[in-house]
Amino acid sequence: MASMKPISSSGPTLRYRLAVFSRALAAVGGGYVISTLSTMVLARLLPMAPADAVMTATMLSFAIFTCAVIWVFAARSAALSWLGLALPSLLLALLAWLTGVGSVLP
Amino acid sequence: MREGFRQSMAWLHTWCGLLVCWVLLLVFAGGTASYYKEEISLWMMPELHATRSAPVPQAQAIEHAVAYLQQKAPQAERWFITLPAERSVAMRVGWVASAGDSKGSSARSRFKSERIDAATGQPLAQVRDTRGGEFLYRLHFDLHYMPVQWARWIVSICALFMLVAIISGVITHKRIFKDFFTFRPHKGQRSWLDAHNATAVLALPFHLMITYTGLVTLMFMIMPWGVQSAYRDKGGETAFFETVFPGTAGRVKPAGVAAPLTALAPLAAQAQQHWQGGPLAVLVVNNPGDAKATVVITRQKMSTLSSLQPGLMYQGVTGERLAAYGDDPSATAVTRGALYGLHLAHFADPWLRALFFLCGLSGYLMVASGAVLWAVKTRQKEAKAIAGGARASFGLRLVEALNIGAIAGLPIAFASYFWANRLLPLELHQRAQMEINLFFAAWAVAAALAQVRPDLRMWRLQLGLGAALFIGLPLLNVVTTQSHLGVTLLLGRGPWPVAAFDLTVLALGMALAMAERVLARRQRKRQDGLQAAPAKSRVERDPVEETA
Repeated sequence: MASMKPISSSGPTLRYRLAVFSRALAAVGGGYVISTLSTMVLARLLPMAPADAVMTATMLSFAIFTCAVIWVFAARSAALSWLGLALPSLLLALLAWLTGVGSVLP
Repeated sequence: MREGFRQSMAWLHTWCGLLVCWVLLLVFAGGTASYYKEEISLWMMPELHATRSAPVPQAQAIEHAVAYLQQKAPQAERWFITLPAERSVAMRVGWVASAGDSKGSSARSRFKSERIDAATGQPLAQVRDTRGGEFLYRLHFDLHYMPVQWARWIVSICALFMLVAIISGVITHKRIFKDFFTFRPHKGQRSWLDAHNATAVLALPFHLMITYTGLVTLMFMIMPWGVQSAYRDKGGETAFFETVFPGTAGRVKPAGVAAPLTALAPLAAQAQQHWQGGPLAVLVVNNPGDAKATVVITRQKMSTLSSLQPGLMYQGVTGERLAAYGDDPSATAVTRGALYGLHLAHFADPWLRALFFLCGLSGYLMVASGAVLWAVKTRQKEAKAIAGGARASFGLRLVEALNIGAIAGLPIAFASYFWANRLLPLELHQRAQMEINLFFAAWAVAAALAQVRPDLRMWRLQLGLGAALFIGLPLLNVVTTQSHLGVTLLLGRGPWPVAAFDLTVLALGMALAMAERVLARRQRKRQDGLQAAPAKSRVERDPVEETA
């Protein structure tokens, strides 16, 4: 938010508030989506016994979620933070689709 | 979210922490108490303090349990027999009643358990009805008065927030080592920041560990998609959980043909031999009395880091061994087991357990000082407006009130739970639930009063009440039990866990009393200052400022 003055004399500006809301949404929603996708892909593709791959992937998911949230709030702008989540998510989704990991939901 | 990476992280740290801090206080308090779950349970059942029974042979204990269950719940879907463990006193038997007419009801709602005397096979009827330390343990992830699934989601989400708060807090922290040795008392906001830093950094490895491992204990609920995706064409969730949690194995549909259950004691002996004499934990009998009965025996967690419990499954009629689980766990299974085990700390010897307990308390203080710090800072920001006659903002008032209700109110709730245990009449209907209701009633009153008057006097009132209740517990024991400190400590008769409980609550009570004294001194100083310098700006004198 380099170019934006966050606080005016009457408190935070509307634009600032919207940007914060957008980032919060990206952190919680986007963070969960990217953790889910990476867990699904890793659970399938890690070269281990299935139960082990699932456990490793699931244990890692919280680290991935945390990194995603940190990224969202460290990015220079809200738009950039969305972009930084969307690209890897798309890649993971593509990988999931190619390897037939997807369609877990009935 | 200001300019600069560190400022953004400070912003993130503040809001992640503030949004969930009051739930975290409850989780920290309940979880910290859970390190002494068995000892708390023992304290809450004074009828057991005198009984020092000799250990009962395992075969005899199992036979008694089976006989009891056969008479009490012959139609049950599943039996559980928990053999007496190192730190617990009695033997527990449980059963899941057959679904019968109430189809669709959860197994959990049909579960019942009782404590029996391993030597006689009779229920320990003279023991008062209480959930003991088990309630505090469940409270820290199942909360209460709501479906456990919701509660675990809430607690998991709060833990995720805490994880983000810890990581962003560390990033924010420039001088993590130096600050550890910095404390500037009587400096208002700076002192609170130092207190927050000290409690956080002192036990940082513990905080990070307990948060992450806590998430791992509940991970298949909040992040089920790995299991779903990898086991979609391998038998689904059930297949996965059978491999990972042997205790859930052998849950097949009954045949509907009656057949006598094989004797369990020889199977237990066999299992023990299989584990080179390792002590057994739980015997599970699925479909007792049916031709398709299965028996699953798990070994106790040893004093190793990992919480993995290997298991053996037998056919319930013939006694033939069907499967062995977890004898040769993979590196991943051991990793998960170790993370799980670290959270539970069953491996810890008394000194390490005490250290974990202190770390848990420092976690409580870390969350508390962080929440107070936010209020102090915000009040300072609003100081000019408040001096000009404006009211404190809604958010500030809310946080200040919630802080009192949680930080000072929770000790009152815990102490009330223990007081209720000693004072409620023994024959009271649903006595155990009544103890729990009193925990929440006391907390609700404290929280509501804090909302009405969130000021320094309310802090003093609640801290003082918590102190009185905690310090009063050992005294209450003198009147209500035969195992008070005079007997357990002065005459040296034990049981030692009961003496340790009394000493611990005494210490906690004194700590609360000291906090109250500090606030009292400060209030006096304010009032003196008020008389001496009537022209001074009103901001500095506002007693509410001190709440933060």
